[in-house]
Amino acid sequence: MSNVIRFLLDGEVVELAGVDPTDTVLNHLRYRMARTGTKEGCAEGDCGACTVIVGELDGDSVRYQAVNACILFLPVLDGKELLTVESLRKPDGSLHPVQQAMVDTHGSQCGFCTPGIVMSLYAHWLMSGPTDTASIEDALAGNLCRCTGYGPIIEAAQKVGGADDAVRRAQVAALRSIQRTETLKMQAKSRLTSLEKQYFAPVTVDALADIAAAYPDATFLAGGTDVGLWVTKQHRELETVIYIGDVADLKVIDDTGEALEIGAGVSYTDEMDTLAQYYPDMGELIRRIGSVQIRNSGTIGGNIANGSPIGDSMPALIAAGATLVLRKGADQRMMPLEDYFIDYGKQDLLPGEFVEKVIVPKPATNQHFRAYKLSKRFDQDISAVCGCFRLTLDGGTVADARICYGGMAATPKRATAAEAALVGKPWSEATVRAAMQAMEADYTPLTDMRASADYRMASAKNLLLKAYAEIEAKGPTRVLEHRETACGERAHG
Amino acid sequence: MAEMLSEIKGAVHKELRHDSAHKHVSGDAVYIDDLPEPKNLLHIYVAMSEKPHARITSMDLAAVRTAKDVVLALTADDIPGHNDVSPFAGDDPLLADGLVEYIGQPIFAVAAETLEAARAGAKLAKVQYEALPAVTTIDQALAADSAIEPMQTMGHGDPERALASASHRTQGSFRIGGQDHFYLEGQIAVATPQEDGDVHVFSSTQHPSEVQHLVAHVLGRPTNAVTVEVRRMGGGFGGKETHPAMFAALSALVAVKTDRPAKLRLDRDDDMVVTGKRHDFRYDYDIGYNSDGLITGISIDMASRCGRSTDLSPAINDRAMFHADNCYFLSDVVIKSHRCKTHTVSNTAFRGFGGPQGMLGIEYALDDIARALGKDPLGIRLLNLYGGEGRTTTPYGMTVEDNIAPELMETLADQSGYRGRRQEIKQFNASSPFLKKGIALTPVRFGISFTTTHLNQAGALVHVYADGSVHLNHGGTEMGQGLFVKVAQVVAEEFQIDVDHIKITATTTAKVPNTSATAASSGSDLNGMAALDAARKIKARLVNFAAEKYECPTDRISFRNNHVYIENREMTFADLVREAYLGRVSLSSTGFYKTPKIHYDRATHKGRPFFYFCYGAAVSEVIIDTLTGENRVLRTDILHDAGRSLNPAIDKGQIEGGFVQGMGWLTTEELVFSDDGRLMTHAPSTYKIPTASDRPDQMNIELYKRGRNVEATIHRSKAVGEPPFMLANSVFLAIRDAIASVGDGTQSPDLNAPATPEEVLRSVQALQAAITQRAGD
Repeated sequence: MSNVIRFLLDGEVVELAGVDPTDTVLNHLRYRMARTGTKEGCAEGDCGACTVIVGELDGDSVRYQAVNACILFLPVLDGKELLTVESLRKPDGSLHPVQQAMVDTHGSQCGFCTPGIVMSLYAHWLMSGPTDTASIEDALAGNLCRCTGYGPIIEAAQKVGGADDAVRRAQVAALRSIQRTETLKMQAKSRLTSLEKQYFAPVTVDALADIAAAYPDATFLAGGTDVGLWVTKQHRELETVIYIGDVADLKVIDDTGEALEIGAGVSYTDEMDTLAQYYPDMGELIRRIGSVQIRNSGTIGGNIANGSPIGDSMPALIAAGATLVLRKGADQRMMPLEDYFIDYGKQDLLPGEFVEKVIVPKPATNQHFRAYKLSKRFDQDISAVCGCFRLTLDGGTVADARICYGGMAATPKRATAAEAALVGKPWSEATVRAAMQAMEADYTPLTDMRASADYRMASAKNLLLKAYAEIEAKGPTRVLEHRETACGERAHG
Repeated sequence: MAEMLSEIKGAVHKELRHDSAHKHVSGDAVYIDDLPEPKNLLHIYVAMSEKPHARITSMDLAAVRTAKDVVLALTADDIPGHNDVSPFAGDDPLLADGLVEYIGQPIFAVAAETLEAARAGAKLAKVQYEALPAVTTIDQALAADSAIEPMQTMGHGDPERALASASHRTQGSFRIGGQDHFYLEGQIAVATPQEDGDVHVFSSTQHPSEVQHLVAHVLGRPTNAVTVEVRRMGGGFGGKETHPAMFAALSALVAVKTDRPAKLRLDRDDDMVVTGKRHDFRYDYDIGYNSDGLITGISIDMASRCGRSTDLSPAINDRAMFHADNCYFLSDVVIKSHRCKTHTVSNTAFRGFGGPQGMLGIEYALDDIARALGKDPLGIRLLNLYGGEGRTTTPYGMTVEDNIAPELMETLADQSGYRGRRQEIKQFNASSPFLKKGIALTPVRFGISFTTTHLNQAGALVHVYADGSVHLNHGGTEMGQGLFVKVAQVVAEEFQIDVDHIKITATTTAKVPNTSATAASSGSDLNGMAALDAARKIKARLVNFAAEKYECPTDRISFRNNHVYIENREMTFADLVREAYLGRVSLSSTGFYKTPKIHYDRATHKGRPFFYFCYGAAVSEVIIDTLTGENRVLRTDILHDAGRSLNPAIDKGQIEGGFVQGMGWLTTEELVFSDDGRLMTHAPSTYKIPTASDRPDQMNIELYKRGRNVEATIHRSKAVGEPPFMLANSVFLAIRDAIASVGDGTQSPDLNAPATPEEVLRSVQALQAAITQRAGD
């Protein structure tokens, strides 16, 4: 076992041996490196006080992304560059323009969220992200501030420009020197129990398949936006972790002409723009998954694999007619995505099998796709109801209807009764209202802290009406139009 | 002489950045968890009740005590002094003593070498409960007559007769949700044992003196055995007024028992479950008015959920009554206030301190009048404002002497184009079947002073060192509101030296004793005056010294721009200080201030509880989706009175921040409790405070340019911490206005706060159903 991870920090290679693989970057920074500028506000990736930046080689440049250190496991840094608020220090004590702008606009009050905000804005600056208000708000969606009301922070972000390519190339050579071509294996003893923890980070799909077969009970780690919380919130001890984030083949989007094949390790950030080209509403739906930090980490494969009934990818992908590709050893297995979800917490996944990719067909010209997310807050919230529709209209008739909701059942589930009430019928408000009524046979939603059963049912029905009103242009229907995103795949400008 | 005419850096009324801004942005600002951890530090985990109301029949901690790395498990039996951390009522046990009264109540504490070990150890406890009947909601408490104190009544005139004879009358009822503080830095304390069994505690608290007092009380030691210190908090908002004592006392107890330093830092979930919040309210009203919309009589009935103990609930509910009139004269009024005891977390101070809940009610009722009469709500508001012959007395008998609400509201209405926009909204709504817009202009009048009169005092300590540098200390605490820089500006102004020469220092009970909480928006008013007093004493000594030494009358000596002018002689401030030191002049002084004019008789609810009032007004425009209930604020305009602002930049920050926090309270921030009183929304994943995109698309904030406090406050400024919070009432009422447009505009929708998408859709559908039914009748 190599048991050593290497990452870049302030221009130096940091080598760490024998770390507990589920130690978080945040705790390591704060309690073992005395870099206390990075704060803990929630330990679940929802407040952004712990925001740091991770840089990854991207050709002859480095791609910098803001992430939540509180749910980022230390070995994930292997082969990458880490930037914390302390990295912005200059020998003469002067502030970086992003920091100076925050001072000049009175962008801090209590100051506790401020280092995290500085890091989000710094990431935006590093990648020369757009500075229109919507983009800045998106860049900040994962950073809660309880004091300022955000105005001065947005103003600060708009005062500073962006970095040039040279800045993004500065650490390329150093990063190349710590790249790895083989599986990283780590082992450490739990500090609390007698458990021996193991961590594997393969770099090829074949190696991943072998390790998955050898450790059928292992926990797969992708972005860690869910698994991280098992550790920081549920205080679980994970025995074997297999990290898929270094598997380059899983981080690819293939355009086959008729469909998009999205690897399980592709982050929300990376799929967002591509999907938005074909399904604008899917792009906006993904923009409203978590925050920049979460979307930079979280993956489509992880969203599918964990089988949550309230993940937002699934209703959209199912409505779009996506196919799931599973892999076990050398074998691939394909199924309509909706068939993967058997029941709450139960998926059609064999021991040692993992999600390899999802195939999303491109829409036909007579297909209308709509996706709506209902939550208490627009940004960085989990859906109470997520309703997605692909309606194929043939003249004035509904030729086909695929309707899938999240938050309405124990799994993402199609509204088969409502679909049946539409198909073959004239595309009219009367048909739509009949389908809304039929939907009562499709779902028996629950009441929880996000919404009551009554609201879920009432709003789910109305979303179909909303889709109809939009397709037929019956008047404005959205209080929030599609918004600009913070930072696309590559540096802007 | 050119230099003499220029100004010092950091004079009062100037926009000066927060003194720690450069440290905030660089990560160099130190919060308590950032302090270097001593080698032998213990970590504490607090174990909590799983039952809302129960007797603990047994608590077996044997396995906890022998768990890996556990050093100590503490129960109520281990408390040497008093098992109480309440602000005054004596009903907040530090650790449950046989009885638990909410899910989350601390029952024992574990100290271990690591936090993980303490938490894991605590899980090994075997606790058995005998469940008792639990009362968890306001309605249940009212039915069971469960209260933390008797119902209070305030008012004047003959409301019963006025209501009976009113030409128009309307009744209504709605609910107002609570709110979690969600300070980004959670509760934390670090205690270090000192000689003689004394203890030093770093506590993230707005109230170091009370923490000091309660820690001593728990330890069974005199107050002088405990020192409490705080440099800054990562937000407070009222949540660090009474609650920090619990965590400080536990860490002090561990430190004293083990002779090792001890840290207690709650994670976010535990923090939200263990600590109190803003009170949720039920608000009932019966209002009589004439055909113009003038209120002729009103009866208000408020009930709040206080939770398991008294905490500050009496004063909070009193303030809800004080603000039930907001800006409006009520000739015949009765306000009843029920303070419900429930088996839920004990609710506590939160920015506005009951004022927001009291104020929202009358604004809600005024809109009912406007709709019933088919008049513009702004006109109804203006008609009912204080002012004119016999229309200046509040329901608690205080005369309103500083009323600027009419001018503020008219100015804002003009600046924001309110009347024209109302017409545009009508047109939009007529042509938009699914989305509807709404607008509302609401004022705020907020009383300044602690309503418990004796709390209106403050102390400061100023040293001038022989090199002319100044050390400033006072009893106020810094939680981001910019208090420290404002007080430093006051001292800089008095000495006429650049603010950079003034060292801002951590609040500590060892320097200024017996302080009040930094609360009630009073920080700058009280501590600014106390620091001014200290600076003036030193300055007077310097003047007297110079007059004697240079044989000149004292009135020929002046301080300007880092210099002192003694008749025709000019010297630097530092030079005079040096000379004074050599001349054996005391260059250190305490300062003290107590607010004049105020008095209050709580038995009759009459008096002058407030030194003065703060005013502001806001107009908000919103859009709602009648299919989903989703809603957004499109534009907000604010005109706010900060008097002669000590620091307009800081004050504008308070205004925007307060508004957005209030908007969160009334829209996205929903506290959900299970039927048995378990908080279901205890982390940001489920409890949604506003994020950047929730800020109104367009936001215009202005200070009232003619603002000047009629009372002799510090440089005629006004307090600014809490009042802007209530400007967000405009958002809630704009949403209700948008909902009303689903009908013909004369019906008032029922709408509870917060106006989540679910609540808005419920309200829309209820109104639609009522219209359908009426059409069918």
